[in-house]
Amino acid sequence: MNNEKRSTKILFVVVTIFLVIISLFPLAWVARMSFTPNKTIAGFPSALLPPQMNTTNFERVLGFIEGEAAVKLGGSGQKINFYQFLFNSLVVSTILTASQVLFSALGAYAFARLRFPGRKTLFGLYLSALMVPAIVMIIPNFILMKELGWLNTYLGIMAPGLLMTPFAVFFMRQFFLGINRELEEAAFLDGAGKIRIFFQLIVPISQTALSTLAIITFINQWNDYMWPLIVGKSESARLLTVALGIFRSQTPNGSPDWGGLMAGTALAVLPTLALFLAFGKKVINSLGFSGFR
Amino acid sequence: MIKRTEGLFNGKQRLVPTEKSLCKRFHFLFTEIKSHAILALNSASGPKESTLSRLQRKYSAHEIAVAALFLLPSLLGFLIFFVFPLVRGILISLTDWDLLRPSHFVGADNYVELFQDQDFWNAIWVTFQYVLWNIPIQTVLALLIAVIMTKVRTSNLLRGALLLPWLLPNVVVALLAMVILDPTIGILNEGIKAFGLPAVNFLTTTELALPSIAAINIWKFMGYTALIVFAGIQGIPKEIDEAGLIDGASAWTAFTKITLPLLRPVLAFVIITSVIGSFQIYDTVAVATRGGPGHSTWVMNFFITKGAFEEYRMGYATAASMVLFAILLGVGFLQMRIMNADEAD
Repeated sequence: MNNEKRSTKILFVVVTIFLVIISLFPLAWVARMSFTPNKTIAGFPSALLPPQMNTTNFERVLGFIEGEAAVKLGGSGQKINFYQFLFNSLVVSTILTASQVLFSALGAYAFARLRFPGRKTLFGLYLSALMVPAIVMIIPNFILMKELGWLNTYLGIMAPGLLMTPFAVFFMRQFFLGINRELEEAAFLDGAGKIRIFFQLIVPISQTALSTLAIITFINQWNDYMWPLIVGKSESARLLTVALGIFRSQTPNGSPDWGGLMAGTALAVLPTLALFLAFGKKVINSLGFSGFR
Repeated sequence: MIKRTEGLFNGKQRLVPTEKSLCKRFHFLFTEIKSHAILALNSASGPKESTLSRLQRKYSAHEIAVAALFLLPSLLGFLIFFVFPLVRGILISLTDWDLLRPSHFVGADNYVELFQDQDFWNAIWVTFQYVLWNIPIQTVLALLIAVIMTKVRTSNLLRGALLLPWLLPNVVVALLAMVILDPTIGILNEGIKAFGLPAVNFLTTTELALPSIAAINIWKFMGYTALIVFAGIQGIPKEIDEAGLIDGASAWTAFTKITLPLLRPVLAFVIITSVIGSFQIYDTVAVATRGGPGHSTWVMNFFITKGAFEEYRMGYATAASMVLFAILLGVGFLQMRIMNADEAD
């Protein structure tokens, strides 16, 4: 009996290790490929550490090696505006996150704590918007951006999520509902108005929820592909994910520039990884809510 | 102790109402959505006889003013970017608009044409096949992983590792899958060749492309789904499991007869949300196979975006998006029904 228990335990541990390897291996492989020059990639497809590893792929992506020299290394020779795309992604994700979290939290507080006619109906409408597939909104929104002249601008990429998403409102409302009412009542008796209560009492004690939502929102925006592809193809507004997709379709099918692609991929993932390493616990603990996306 | 356990099964909700329990939260979410939907319907149809004085008693003017102020930005965003496009989309789907010439009202012509369009039927079929590849395998794997996680000491490191694929952009996932599955330089094919087998063209063979795309996304969402289920299992009180085991039930019976039924709300949540997401597959296909080879990965979102942003047939593409919406509503409704039917017994 005891022996059997031990052997099943060992089996579980082995399976767990296997799962971790499956989850992490592809990322490790990206790192390995990104340091492998295109010439060695084909010759040593399975070597863990192929010979002549160097940073030429990164140098090409970041523009330190250009033109003829880049073509020799297996690139397309076209200039890659990596910094521009990185900058675009950073600006768009940061502004969108700050704005969406602020306005969604304001709305959520009204739903959670303020009494007004039609509150339940309106919240029900917000929730039902979660069921509508994104593409249904994307086509008319694209037309609207075109009419407003916002195509290929930061504003156009950010607009649909700038003021709210149903998910963000829902997430914050659930959190606000859990706050002890007596705190607010005490503040109210002390003569604080509703607006002051929100900014001076609610916001400080909701920091965990707010920053969790901010992290999820930032990562989602950073990773978004379809909408930025449709409204922001030009280089001035192109985001990193879109740039990677275009980079991939530019490489001829005969000999894709795997090294360059993997270096670009590694760089595009770094900010997410950094955020996750710093705040991973929060993201994991918030899964109950974020699962709703 | 045994009495307590029995009590748990008698209650209709069949969940111990611990405030922190995730199960509870999921369950709450569903009843919430349902009750809100019903409320919204009721208040839309039936006239309310609430008088001004009654309103005044219930709401303070100051509170309403603050609420209006707080709600204004999010309401604007909701109206402009969610309600307006939905209404406009329905209207556009009844026209022949191509973004250049003025549009004409064509009635249901787009919908009639859609149902005669071989490519559209193919897109629906491919999407359903994708969902059928994706969801069952992903859910079973997630359940297995979640159970294993309860048996070993789970550190944040393990959970972080399992969650990592979910945090990567779809574009990145597609690219790294292309590298790993490549027939000449892919490490997976190197492994296959090591066994003396021929290399497999995962993404460029008609029969394999769609299952491969499904496998890629199973890899991406498996750990994430497992963590949600794991949280659900954690919400089940330990005594229940122990009581079952004391009664002489084997680990397997205890799992299928006790754990699984208690997990139903969480599993339902996981399945419904992942089915909704699965029907909207786009990024991986757009990057890795571009609908090919042939039309074998030509999913609905691909059909729609092609129609709208390459052929500029706005009316036609919007009509197709409405059909996708209708399919999702139908599938969602069916799933909710199945869930409720199960709850009643």
